[in-house]
Amino acid sequence: MSYEFDFADVFAAWPELLQGLVNSLVLSALAMAIGMVVSVAGALGKTSGPKWLVWIIDEYIELIRNTPFLVQIFMIYFGLPTIGLKLSSNGAALLALVVNVAAYGIEIIRAGIESIQKGQIEAGKSLGLRPLQIFRLVILKPAIQAIYPSLTSQFILLMLNTSVCSAIAASELTAVAGDIQSRTFRSFEVYFIVTCMYLGLSVFFWTVFAGIERKFLRQPTTR
Amino acid sequence: MRTLTSGDIIFILMAVRWTLLLSLVAFLGGAVGGILVALARTSEFKSLRLASSGYIKVFQGTPLLMQLFLAFFVPGLFGWSVDPWSAAALGLSLHASAFLGEIWRGAINVVPRGQWEAATSLGLRYWPKMALVIVPQAVKIAIPPTIGFLVQLIKGTSLASIIGFVELTRAAQVINNATFRPFTIFALVALVYYVICRPLSAYSKRMEQKLLVAAR
Repeated sequence: MSYEFDFADVFAAWPELLQGLVNSLVLSALAMAIGMVVSVAGALGKTSGPKWLVWIIDEYIELIRNTPFLVQIFMIYFGLPTIGLKLSSNGAALLALVVNVAAYGIEIIRAGIESIQKGQIEAGKSLGLRPLQIFRLVILKPAIQAIYPSLTSQFILLMLNTSVCSAIAASELTAVAGDIQSRTFRSFEVYFIVTCMYLGLSVFFWTVFAGIERKFLRQPTTR
Repeated sequence: MRTLTSGDIIFILMAVRWTLLLSLVAFLGGAVGGILVALARTSEFKSLRLASSGYIKVFQGTPLLMQLFLAFFVPGLFGWSVDPWSAAALGLSLHASAFLGEIWRGAINVVPRGQWEAATSLGLRYWPKMALVIVPQAVKIAIPPTIGFLVQLIKGTSLASIIGFVELTRAAQVINNATFRPFTIFALVALVYYVICRPLSAYSKRMEQKLLVAAR
């Protein structure tokens, strides 16, 4: 192998990389937060809405799940302005991420809602629990336990998906990598470092989410 | 800027063959790699289990786009120049190996312990045991998630457009740059992906429900 590695230029750009990392995290957190609000609304619509609404939500889910995220971004960033809705690249990236994550979030939240059993609530009442206790212990905690694993892995998928937003030049980590690469021509070095940064984020969130689950959401043993 | 012609539409629609070919190559490459990863993950050797688990973690913990960039640039370190097609095929195959490996490991692990012990007590060695007892039972469980991942893979091929491979999404971008009719063009492209992926998703879901009913 005759290639000479030179990471100096890439390391010199660390403030940019750090900013990109922060931007990616902010974008992920915002998209997840808004996406969850949309998902809860969608899940309520699916579980207790009229038939036509259920149909629309189902078709929305299928449409988003069966088309690439990249095409969804292009549709929002390039397509929407032609019908009068112009968004900045960051705005389009956020909207695309929200639209995308909601198609998965709705089904996750719906599963959480359906995991609540009426008999459990009645059992809580007959044990003399107050309404707030019933909500906290009988409804909220089991529902969160049921959806926590899918919800957290969905967040990591979302975070990794933000890299696709570089295609419309949203200011996140992958776009920063592109900038550094076009300036230094150190393609391998830049993408290697940035890949490691994403892996670091994933490992961080895997660890934190598993820790939270162990500490707060441990299932009572059934044995 | 010029107007969008029927020739442009045909150009976009014809590019779907590259999307399908890339998906097929990546799926086949991923199937070969996935078998190796799944066998390593369920192996009795700790080193193989650790290595394959690390491989899966790396591919599940990094964006597919980064994997494609590295597939494009890493061969250059060894003096091999790769075109976007080879880089995309390589990157997506390695990606698919990790995900299929993890799916198939899960399917192998679902086969009850007693089946392994019974096969061993019949005097079957590793390969006959795998081929005759374990895999035939695991395959049934593995089909729905495998098809589900195939959908992810087909959608993933759209990212090959970013490293310059002209498949469906890239063809649409090329035509859009010339005609600037983004709404029509990307809606058309979305529809093409939808027509390919929706039946696969529906099949996967149906099979999964059938298995759930059978398990009850």
